[in-house]
Amino acid sequence: MNMLKQILKDRLAGVSLFIVAITIAAGAFAPWLAPHDPNHIHMELRYAGPSWDFPLGNDHLGRDVLSRLIFGIRPSVLYVFAALLASVCMGAIVGFIAGYFRGRTDAVLMRVVDAMLSFPGYVLTLALIGMLGVGLENILIAFVLSKWAWFARIIRTSVMQIAETDYIKYSKTIGVGHLSIMARHIVPVSLPDIAVIASSAFGSMVLQISGFSFLGLGIQAPHAEWGMMLNEARTVMFSKPELMLAPGLTIILVVSAINFLSDALQGALDPKLMSSKAKFQARTAVSAARLQGKEVA
Amino acid sequence: MGWYMAKRGLYAIPMMIVISFLTFILIHLSPMDPAEVVLEAQGVPQITPELIAQTKAELGMDRPFLIRYANWLIDCLQLDFGHSYVSGEPVWTLLGPAFLNTLQLTFASVIAVIALSVGLGVICALREGRLLDRSVRGVSFFLTSMPSYLLASLMIWYFAVKLDLLPTSGMASSASYVLPVVVIAVNYAGIYFRMIRSSMISQLHEDYVLYGRASGLSETTITMHMIRNSLQIAISVFCMAVPIILGSTVVVENVFAWPGLGSLSMHAILSRDFPVIQAYVLVMAVAFVLFNTVSDMVNAAMNPKLRGDL
Repeated sequence: MNMLKQILKDRLAGVSLFIVAITIAAGAFAPWLAPHDPNHIHMELRYAGPSWDFPLGNDHLGRDVLSRLIFGIRPSVLYVFAALLASVCMGAIVGFIAGYFRGRTDAVLMRVVDAMLSFPGYVLTLALIGMLGVGLENILIAFVLSKWAWFARIIRTSVMQIAETDYIKYSKTIGVGHLSIMARHIVPVSLPDIAVIASSAFGSMVLQISGFSFLGLGIQAPHAEWGMMLNEARTVMFSKPELMLAPGLTIILVVSAINFLSDALQGALDPKLMSSKAKFQARTAVSAARLQGKEVA
Repeated sequence: MGWYMAKRGLYAIPMMIVISFLTFILIHLSPMDPAEVVLEAQGVPQITPELIAQTKAELGMDRPFLIRYANWLIDCLQLDFGHSYVSGEPVWTLLGPAFLNTLQLTFASVIAVIALSVGLGVICALREGRLLDRSVRGVSFFLTSMPSYLLASLMIWYFAVKLDLLPTSGMASSASYVLPVVVIAVNYAGIYFRMIRSSMISQLHEDYVLYGRASGLSETTITMHMIRNSLQIAISVFCMAVPIILGSTVVVENVFAWPGLGSLSMHAILSRDFPVIQAYVLVMAVAFVLFNTVSDMVNAAMNPKLRGDL
């Protein structure tokens, strides 16, 4: 609650939080919120402009743009979030084990991570999609498989710092079990770090996955997805450029809100950032996270 | 110094072996039998088990795993990546020219990214908190949130079609570089510019700046010192930018129909042309390792503190 208050102090961050919350809610309740069936074709309404019935107009098959946008939240944002969560969890498990136990376990795990990271992220994702085949599930799987190593590396560093502290050493000395040390002392302390890194990667990952769909590697017709809507709009870009407006602005709005929120979250979780040196280091880490996701988008 | 360089260079060799091995086993991740894919790609109407066995024998897929890997690796070292499943052409004749085209686009873009982000970063740091700084940061924040394919499409629509100033696609003349380079530069400069800006700002509070001012150095001289110091951090970042941008041209290449690796790999993925995908992954990963090695070496040459740990 305290953290929420801190975030809400900044008005723009409050607005961002609101946008993200609305987006998630709209995605979750899409079937009840969308005014029309997103895949229903009205050939007589092709390229129709906004009307009372269809507030954002209709696309090249006369489908309702607003409903498609709302249904598109699921693959464009919610599933991406699930994939992010999965890869962060994988990374966290490896990172915790490596950072806490150190020694040979750490060496072996980190060599695996090094091997994964020796591939540029986008190439690995593309390669996995190439092998698994085209489709949204495969993209998400490829995404989880290619990103976890990067999270593992960062989480390990964070855990290592915590594991060196006196209270952890003390807990070990008085015979507290490894699992309970991790659960009670390490996880809660490293959670803010993980949250900051994950949230700063989120925005660019949304862009990245929509980029794959834009290229035709992701979700297949007739399902709605923002990147794919833009791809469909691109084919008639010269005669109907306004079709790019709604999905384009939606992506920009949501991704900026996510990015802004991640910056605010970082500020709220880490008061140390007031000093300029720490701020620079943290900014560099966040920029690295953005780049990690940015590669294909 | 020389010792460090040699060690760092040698370190790249095991990395490349690991990469080649992972690239080789990549193909086995596919749920489909490669022989089946070959037959399907060649448009064979009825795929019988005998036909699959025959194709396997032809492609040497019935031999033991490690022998296949060794043969494959030796072939790759001679730039023989096999033949495309779809067209039957040698992979290198497809990949080589495409790689050069992508490389050209990448270098042009990296130069633009560096110029844009260093310029903006330095100016914004010197005007920290003022209107110019805030507006540049606002715009860059907005542009970072914009998908590059949207920016690319909008630019084609406006500059190539409405104003008819620049070509929409291809790489016929130097004018065709403008739009793709601008799209990539805008996309990455937003991130790099923030790094330069914050490293410049952290320099502002260093003692040597205060001392310089106190001894009456001109602001330009002090600024030059600050740029030199903050560029040290930036150089490692920019060295890494080369491989990152090299692979991230996929979307931009597709939108602008640039005949490079991005377009090639997309076609290969959509038609499941495994040898091309494999060669693409290998070439990119090797380039990635090489650029990483070079960037570490450059850093070490510039900053002796970094030479210690390897």
